[in-house]
Amino acid sequence: MEHNATIHATHDHYDPIASKLGMWLFIFTEILLFGALFIVYSVYRYRHPVEFHLANQELNVTIGFINTVILLISSATVAMSITAMQKGDKKMTIIFLVITLLLAFVFLVNKYFEWGAKIHHGIYPGSEFLLSLSHGDILFFGLYFFMTGLHAVHIIVGMALLIWVLVRVKQDRINKDKYAFLENGGLYWHLVDLIWIFLFPLFYLIH
Amino acid sequence: MNGNTSTHRLPSFLEYQGKYKGLAGWLLSTDHKRIALLYLYSQLFFFLAGVVMGILMKLELIAPGQQIMSPSTYNALFTVHGLTMIFLFIIPGLAASFGNFFLPILIGAKDVAFPKLNLLSWYLFIAGAVIILFAMFTGDGPPDTGWTFYAPYSLRTNTNVVLSVLGAFVLGFSSILTGLNFIVTIHRMRAPGMDFFKMPLFIWSMYGTAWIQLLATPVVGITLVMVIFDRVMGIGFFDPAKGGDPILYQHLFWIYSHPAVYIMILPAMGAITEIITTFSNRVVFGYKAIAMSSLAIAFVGYLVWGHHMFTSGMSETARWVFSLLTFLVAIPSAIKVFNWSATLYKGSIDLQPPFWWAMAFVFVFMIGGLTGLVLGSVATDVHVHDTMFVVAHFHYIVFGGAGLAFFAALHYWYPKMWGKMYNKKVANIGLLILFIGFNTLYFPMFILGIMGMPRRYYDYLPEFATPNLISTIGSWILALGLIIVIVNLLRPKKVPQEEVDNPWNGRTLEWKMQSPPSLENFEEIPVVEHGPYDLIKD
Amino acid sequence: MSENNTHISSYGSHIFVLMCLITLTFITVAITSVQLGAFNTTAAMLIASTKAAIVLLYFMHLKFDDKIFRFMVTLVLAIYAVVIVITFFDYLYR
Repeated sequence: MEHNATIHATHDHYDPIASKLGMWLFIFTEILLFGALFIVYSVYRYRHPVEFHLANQELNVTIGFINTVILLISSATVAMSITAMQKGDKKMTIIFLVITLLLAFVFLVNKYFEWGAKIHHGIYPGSEFLLSLSHGDILFFGLYFFMTGLHAVHIIVGMALLIWVLVRVKQDRINKDKYAFLENGGLYWHLVDLIWIFLFPLFYLIH
Repeated sequence: MNGNTSTHRLPSFLEYQGKYKGLAGWLLSTDHKRIALLYLYSQLFFFLAGVVMGILMKLELIAPGQQIMSPSTYNALFTVHGLTMIFLFIIPGLAASFGNFFLPILIGAKDVAFPKLNLLSWYLFIAGAVIILFAMFTGDGPPDTGWTFYAPYSLRTNTNVVLSVLGAFVLGFSSILTGLNFIVTIHRMRAPGMDFFKMPLFIWSMYGTAWIQLLATPVVGITLVMVIFDRVMGIGFFDPAKGGDPILYQHLFWIYSHPAVYIMILPAMGAITEIITTFSNRVVFGYKAIAMSSLAIAFVGYLVWGHHMFTSGMSETARWVFSLLTFLVAIPSAIKVFNWSATLYKGSIDLQPPFWWAMAFVFVFMIGGLTGLVLGSVATDVHVHDTMFVVAHFHYIVFGGAGLAFFAALHYWYPKMWGKMYNKKVANIGLLILFIGFNTLYFPMFILGIMGMPRRYYDYLPEFATPNLISTIGSWILALGLIIVIVNLLRPKKVPQEEVDNPWNGRTLEWKMQSPPSLENFEEIPVVEHGPYDLIKD
Repeated sequence: MSENNTHISSYGSHIFVLMCLITLTFITVAITSVQLGAFNTTAAMLIASTKAAIVLLYFMHLKFDDKIFRFMVTLVLAIYAVVIVITFFDYLYR
C-alpha cells in the first residue's frame, strides 16, 4: 500500500488520508478512554451482581431506547450528509447536518430530564441518600452519572465540531473535491454513537 | 541528492526569520526543529530541578535520624521528584526532543504531518508543568502520595492531589497528540523509495513508542479524573468505604504506567542503535530483528503491568500470569543487546564520546534489566518489593538507560543540531566521573534493599548507615560529572563547517545535509534507493 | 491505496443499515424480558457488538477503505480485549 501512494505531503499539500488516519488514531484514544471505564463497570458488576441488577431497573428503558434510536438515526443522517457532499449536493449536505444536530440536541434534552429525575430523588454522586444505600448502588450510580456524563460531554464536543463543519460547508471551504473535514467530523460522531450502543444495554437492560 | 553540503548552504533553521521575529519566532514556530529544541531546553530544565530534589533527598539519608528536613517534607520531595523526572523529563524523553528533530529528516520529509498540532503538544506540556508547579506552591502544598497516587491515601491526604493529577492529565494529552502526529508522519510522509524496512531503526522505535503513547495514556487519564471525582464529589470509585477497590486503581494506573516505561526506553534504544551502528562503521546486525523487537516490546509491554502489584492482594492466578508475561517481555530487549554486540563485532570502531555514552548505557542497562528479573519473579519480589532494591532497579533502567541514552543522543546529534562541536576530552572525563558517581549512588541501594531497607522512608535503622553514606557521596560525584558534561556542552568550540556536517561518518539522511539543517531540511525530497546504513560512495 | 472516493455509499444503503440497527435494538430490548440467567448479559453484549460492527463497517466506511484501517481497529480492540481478560485473572480468582 505504502510504496505507490505515499505522498510527501507537507503542510501545503492536502492529504485527506493523513487526516482520516489522524481522526482514527484519535478515535482509538477514545476507545481506550471509555474502555477503561467499561473495565471499572465490569469489575464492580462482577463484585455486586445483585445490586447492579436491581439498580438497572431504576432506569427508564423507554427513554434509553428512544435515545438509542435517536443516536442511530443521527449516525445515518451524518453519513447521508457525506453522501450528499460526494454527489455535490450542498443543500442536502446542510439539511442532513442540521437534522443530525437537532437529534443530538433532543438526546441531550432527554438526558437532562433523566438526570433531573434521579437528582430530584436524591440520587447523585456523593449525595447523603446514595451514600446510605449499599456499596453496589453507590458504585452503579457513580458509574451511571460519570459514564453518561462523559458521553454527554462528547456529544457536546461532537455538536460543536459538526457546527464548525456546517459553517465550512456553507462557505464552500468544504466541497466536493475537499471534504475530509466533513468525513472526519462524521467519524467522530459515529464514535459517540458507538459508545452509547454499549452504554445502553449495560445501564438499562441487564436484568 | 544533497550530497555535497559545503558548496550550497542555506540559512540554518536557527537563523531563519519568518513571519515572527525573536522570541515569538520560537514560541510560535511550527518548525519541528524549533519545537524539538523548545522541548529539549524545557526537559533539561526540569531534569536539573529533579536532580536538585534528588540531591536533597540523599542529604537527608546521609545518616540515620533527621538531618535537614521533616518527614512530611521528605514525602513531598520524593513525590515531586518522581513527578518531575517522569512526567516532565523522561516520558517526553528522547521522543519529544530528538524524535521531533530527526523523525522528519530521517524519513526524508520537510516536517511532521500536523505541525500546528505539534506546537500545541508543547504548549500542553508547559501547561501541565505549570499546573504541577501550582500544586507545589499553593494551598496545602505538594502531594505526599508518591508519584503513583495510590488510593485510598490519595483520596484522604490534604495535600494538592487534585491539582497535581490535573497537571498529569494535561501532560497526558500532550503525549497522546505527539504519538498521533508521529504515527501519521511515519505512515504518510516517508520519501519515495523508503518503505518501512528501509527506515532507520530510530524511526522504528519512534513508531512503537507512538502507539504506546496513543493507546496507554487515555487509561491513566480517565483514572486520574476518577480520583479527582472521588476527592471532590465522593463518588466512590476507589474508596473502600464506598465499595471501591484500591487494587482496581492500581490496575488502571499500571495499565498505563508499565507501557510508559517502554515509552521511556524504546526511543533510547533506538538512539543507541543509531550510535552503535555509526561508530562501528558498518551495517547494523539484524535490522529486521531489531525493528520487530521494537514492536514486540510495545505490544507485550501492555500485558505485564501486574508485576508492580505482586504484594497488593491480587489473586495467585494473576500473579503467576503476570510473572510469566514479564519474563517474555525481557526477550525482545535481550535481542536488541545481542544485536548491538554483534554489530560491534568486526566493526571498525571509532572511539568518540557518543560511543562511550552508548557503552555506558549498555553496561548500566544490563544491570537494570537483569535486576528486573529478580523483581519479575514473584518469589523473590515478595522480599524486595517496596525496598530500596526497586529504587535501584528503576534508576538503573530509567536514569542509566533512558537518561544516559538522552545524553548519548545529545552528544551524537549536537554537531548536526547546532553546527558546533564540544570538547571531546572534557566530555569523556565528565562521563567517566558521572558513571562512577552513578554506580556509587545506586549500586548500594540493591544491597540495602536485600538487607530490608524500605523505600520512601525518610529515616532508617543504624545497620543501613554505611551503604547510605556511600550512596550519598555517590550523588555528589554524579552531580559533579553532570556539571562537567553540561557546562562542556554549553561552551562549544567554533570549528570549520566540514567538521560538523558529518563528523562521525554517519550514513543516515541527517548526515547528508548541512549543520544545522535549513528550514525545510531538504531542498528536494530525496529518492531512497538503499538501506539506511548502506555505505554510498558519492 | 485506493481513495475512498471511488466508493460512494448510497442514501438507500444508509437507510437499510439504519433499519438493521433499529431492528437489533428492538431485539435487545425484547430479549431482556426473557429470563436467560447469565446469558442475558452475553446476549446483550453480542447484539451490541454486532451493532458496533455494522456502524464501523458501513457508517464509518471501514468495509470500503484501505485494509490498513481495518487492521488497526482490529489490533486496538484485540489489545483492549486482552487487557480486560488479564484484569479478570485477578478478580475471578481472588
